[in-house]
Amino acid sequence: MSEEEAPPVRARGLVKRYDDVLAVDHIDLNVDAGDVYGFLGPNGAGKTTTLRMALGLITPSEGTVELFGRDPMREGARALEGVAGFVEAPRFYPYLTARKNLELLAALDGDGAAGRIEEVLASVELTPRAKHKVGGYSHGMRQRLGIAAALLRRPSLLILDEPATGLDPAGMRDMRDLIRRLAGEGITILLSSHQLPEVQELCDRVAIVESGRVVYEGALADLRRQGGAGYRLRSTDDTRALELMRAQPGIERAAGDEHGLSFQAEEQDVGALSLMLARDGIGILVLTPELATLEDLFFRLTEGDDATTREAVELAV
Amino acid sequence: MSTAAIGQPADAAPLRSGARRPSTLVVYRWELRKLASQVRTYLGLGLLAVLPLIFVVFESLHHQHDRRDNIFATQITQSGLATPVLMLLFMSGFFLPVVAALVGGDIFSNEDGNGTLKTILTRSVDRGQIFAAKALAAMTYAVLAVLVAATVSTVAGVISWGFHSITTYSGTVVSAPEGLLLVFAANMAYLIPLFAIAAIGLLLSAATRNSAAAVVGTIGLVILLFIIAQIPGLEGIRPYLLTEQLQNWQGLLRTPTYWAPITHSAWVCALYGLPALFAGYLVLLRRDVAGG
Repeated sequence: MSEEEAPPVRARGLVKRYDDVLAVDHIDLNVDAGDVYGFLGPNGAGKTTTLRMALGLITPSEGTVELFGRDPMREGARALEGVAGFVEAPRFYPYLTARKNLELLAALDGDGAAGRIEEVLASVELTPRAKHKVGGYSHGMRQRLGIAAALLRRPSLLILDEPATGLDPAGMRDMRDLIRRLAGEGITILLSSHQLPEVQELCDRVAIVESGRVVYEGALADLRRQGGAGYRLRSTDDTRALELMRAQPGIERAAGDEHGLSFQAEEQDVGALSLMLARDGIGILVLTPELATLEDLFFRLTEGDDATTREAVELAV
Repeated sequence: MSTAAIGQPADAAPLRSGARRPSTLVVYRWELRKLASQVRTYLGLGLLAVLPLIFVVFESLHHQHDRRDNIFATQITQSGLATPVLMLLFMSGFFLPVVAALVGGDIFSNEDGNGTLKTILTRSVDRGQIFAAKALAAMTYAVLAVLVAATVSTVAGVISWGFHSITTYSGTVVSAPEGLLLVFAANMAYLIPLFAIAAIGLLLSAATRNSAAAVVGTIGLVILLFIIAQIPGLEGIRPYLLTEQLQNWQGLLRTPTYWAPITHSAWVCALYGLPALFAGYLVLLRRDVAGG
């Protein structure tokens, strides 16, 4: 497979041990060209360690990771051609101005990167502050400078680790717009994030990690489907309807609240339920399907409060 | 970062293979620019420039002409060229090694402290290039430090006491231009052990990831070697101690030139400096960049 045909990121059996601590436990990742790939997990799940291994900053204890078919451990800087991004917060020389920082990084990039400095500064709206030392920059400005520094490399793959962390709501919205635009230009994006709505909005595929292991990898839409089809119901007699639902085979997790009833079931069981309610003289006012949100699924997968969901998802994977 | 602003094109380039990568010289130039952008760089050089001036002013005011401890000390007011020799004698034992330790010990750990090592290691240069550029930058700073001290000493001495011939350790009188050349050569010879100290600083900087630990460790090693040199019964190893090489430049201030201590210094310092450099390179090559 040529480098052009190789997937942007392919990790196999990636392991990182620190003495007795297993930070990353046999992670497999497949980021395809054009993906906006969400990398999710609670703090300490191993996301940043995985990204560091992908960028060649730390050596895997086992396994391999390849960027466009090239292993950063074996090929060094050559493996990072066409790749840019940052892990944790982007860091710069505080005693240099933003422009000088970018000049330095452009010099380390070669390949005409210096000619793109003004363009990338403008793209993150830092031109007016470019002559100020980075030491005086706010967190948000550094995040934007991090994006600018990444864009200098005209990447085909952009690896972003929590790019919206610490930004105000407007900054987060702008960051999402920027990522969406870059994805629209054909850049493959690997986005590690705690912002579940952001991932839900931007990403088409996700990997969810917990305790160093991938508990789900695949299309976000599949995950939401596999997470269980939920329904909400309002009837003329919710109390009686809840009693009947709990007795009805195929109806799971039936519960009631001030908004009505909720449950999970296969489509044919919902049909049977509606007939039963009608036979009992209960009128159905509202019956709507509800897909689980990413947030629901994330917590179910990472906090283990829904073994059924995890089993379903693991079977699907 | 408005939507309008981000409408600027940042085209996704097709994946390029074999794009022209920057040379180590480019990285080295940027290492120098980084050094030149830091205030502490000038503090070190400033101290090395001020010390000779204080010395010259002090000597001018006190007129102590009767000293016999060193042939150049007896000539202090007779030739301005005695000043750089005396200043090198004064600074070679501790001041300049401390400056070399400061820059060598800080050059990697400063990147760790700023969290910028990951920034530069995810560009298009290899770790080996970064190491070579940083090692060269540290050595360049050592050269600059010695040259600043020597130049200020010479200029201040010549202004105060004139550009006259001078008597060397062997008792031979050499002309002023020849004396100037010898002063320059002596300073360059002094760089040999200084490079070795800087190399040890580089190793500790890469290994400890902590500027204070690397600088104190390097200076501590120099002090330890000084102490070892004073221990009775260990005279046999003294010629092989790095600190003993810090005075071997004086062989150049004899006529004819006494080369033996210079060549001895060269290989002894290589035994200290080259393994330190190689070990530092291996440490950087293999280490995990997990901070920042």
